[in-house]
Amino acid sequence: MAKKGYVEINSERCKGCGLCINACPQHVLKFSEKFNDKGYHYAELYDPDDKCPGCAFCYYMCPDVCITVHRVSEERV
Amino acid sequence: MKMLMKGTEAIAEAAIRAGCRLYFGYPITPQSELTEYMAKRMPEVKGTFLQSESEVATVNMLYGAACTGRKVMTSTSSPGFSLMQEGISYMAGAELPAIFINVMRGGPGLGDIQPSQSDYFQSTKGGGHGDYRMIVLAPHTLQEATNMMKEAFDLAFKYRMLVTILVDGMIGQMMEPVELPEWTKPEEFEEPNWALTGANGRKPRKVTSFDLDPYELEKMNLRYQETYKKVSQNEVKYEEFKIEDAEITVVAYGTMARIVKTVIDYARKSGIKVGLFRPITLWPFPYERLSEISKNVKNILTVEMSYGQMVEDVKLAVEEKSDVHFYGRSAGVVPTPAEILDAIKKIVR
Amino acid sequence: MAIDKIVAQMPKSLSKIEFSYCPGCHHGIVHRIVAEVIDELGIASKTIMVAPVGCSVFAYNFFDLDGTVAAHGRAPAVATGMKRALPDRVIFTYQGDGDLASIGTAEIVHAANRGENITTIFINNAVYGMTGGQMAPTTLLGQKTTTSPYGRDAKANGYPIRMSEMLATLDGSAYIERTMVTTPQNVIKTKAAVKKAFQVQLKGLGFSMIEVLSTCPTNWGMTPIESMKWLEDNMTKTFPLGVFVDRTKGLI
Repeated sequence: MAKKGYVEINSERCKGCGLCINACPQHVLKFSEKFNDKGYHYAELYDPDDKCPGCAFCYYMCPDVCITVHRVSEERV
Repeated sequence: MKMLMKGTEAIAEAAIRAGCRLYFGYPITPQSELTEYMAKRMPEVKGTFLQSESEVATVNMLYGAACTGRKVMTSTSSPGFSLMQEGISYMAGAELPAIFINVMRGGPGLGDIQPSQSDYFQSTKGGGHGDYRMIVLAPHTLQEATNMMKEAFDLAFKYRMLVTILVDGMIGQMMEPVELPEWTKPEEFEEPNWALTGANGRKPRKVTSFDLDPYELEKMNLRYQETYKKVSQNEVKYEEFKIEDAEITVVAYGTMARIVKTVIDYARKSGIKVGLFRPITLWPFPYERLSEISKNVKNILTVEMSYGQMVEDVKLAVEEKSDVHFYGRSAGVVPTPAEILDAIKKIVR
Repeated sequence: MAIDKIVAQMPKSLSKIEFSYCPGCHHGIVHRIVAEVIDELGIASKTIMVAPVGCSVFAYNFFDLDGTVAAHGRAPAVATGMKRALPDRVIFTYQGDGDLASIGTAEIVHAANRGENITTIFINNAVYGMTGGQMAPTTLLGQKTTTSPYGRDAKANGYPIRMSEMLATLDGSAYIERTMVTTPQNVIKTKAAVKKAFQVQLKGLGFSMIEVLSTCPTNWGMTPIESMKWLEDNMTKTFPLGVFVDRTKGLI
């Protein structure tokens, strides 16, 4: 299955509030095992099956504007 | 060409001629005529008049308009000036230029509507919170008040400070012939480089009195103190009237100084050489000059329409180089020349 | 060859400075929404922000706009002064419920009543956040706060004030809507409302305000997710969502 989308998360800016994880319909976001400098388990993408469609629900819900959403499409030759 | 005008209206017209096109106010005796005058005149000169819902709102509208770097002004009287103190502290902390006209009336509390000078402390020592100062100018005639308006705006923008024209109900309400000042041409005024106007092709600007980091707020405060020092060194103004040969010098400002000038003539006719030292800038107070004067006069009498406020600054200046006496009546009662002459006689005899 | 397109990122009108809000606080979502609207309307270069006293006192630094901070409750008066001085600029206030519905009631009522052409973004989270969770005029009946520890009692402290409904009765109010941002759909609706409010100002139709019910996880003593549920289940009963006045029909 070709990747349709993905997100970049500014892990240092994230406060581990979990609103993105809660909003993601594909459940491809989770708390990282690691901490950021503020001591939060930041959110990170975990999408081995390329389920993320780039719907930006996580972006809508993020109170700290940590997320950049990408959509990937095959170039129609 | 002299025109017979009421004090409040002459001040309003002079402010417009000095380039003010934004006035926010709220009715309060004895200065409502100034607000009414602005309501009529501002539209005629394509300016903005807005009556607000309270003096608290007024001073914050002034804050907002001042942020845009325009010449702004309000006028009020003692109780209203009290309501403006928080806003004044904010404006001082944000280094915003603006003019306040305070037409003082009897207090405290609701008090009455007759003339008084019992807001001296509030204006010169600060009625709001924090180490801020305002330039306080005290005219004693309508002519002086109108001449002062352009200078007041110039001072406000030169130092990014608030300027209060401190008068009382007498000057506010009396009518006398006035030669109105020249019109300031609008193009003479250019927008300051700190004004909030929308970051159009430039970096955004911030105007605030706020910083939670005490060391940053300290830097801001040291900058204000630096300004206040410069103003104190360069902008002190006073008038000396017949003090060269005076055996007793009266210190008085505003309406009181005017009455004292009459008393001086009476006294001199009956052989008592009285002089007047009249502070025009109540802040910065003319400590140095008064200190020099006190070296060669035995008695100094401070006369105020209060129970003794400016007299404290007089004592600071004189430091016992001469005896400082006080005579005052407050609560809207205006001392008569006869009373003052009696006070002088008691001291000199 | 794959095309990689960015479909959502930090709006230009935000200043990249990290927000000072608690984890999960909805202030941050509303900040982003306002910034997105300002970007889309292309008005950043002529917009001035008036921040309040409260958790969003720092907001003037979070936006890449000319900005100031008003004394507590006085933002609508400051904004009025600015708008009267610069009628062609876009002026907006961003205020919390303590700022707007308590100390600043006179200023917001009269700004609306004058039909002042400013936009107010009103964050209602039922408590005073910055000072530590005290009761606000919008605290719900029975809601426990640090100054209503036994639950707000109407006999002692009156009733939650519905500012949107109250201001909607004033003829100067052109557009007032209450929304929330508890789900992506609600975020999208809130953005549409905020955009309309700014358009009302751009068209000079009068006063516009968007009240956004918002969470305060720290002072409500809940997790960010629980607080959103509590808001939906409780606040919306006292503060129903909806448009309370819309004098823009056919004009926007």
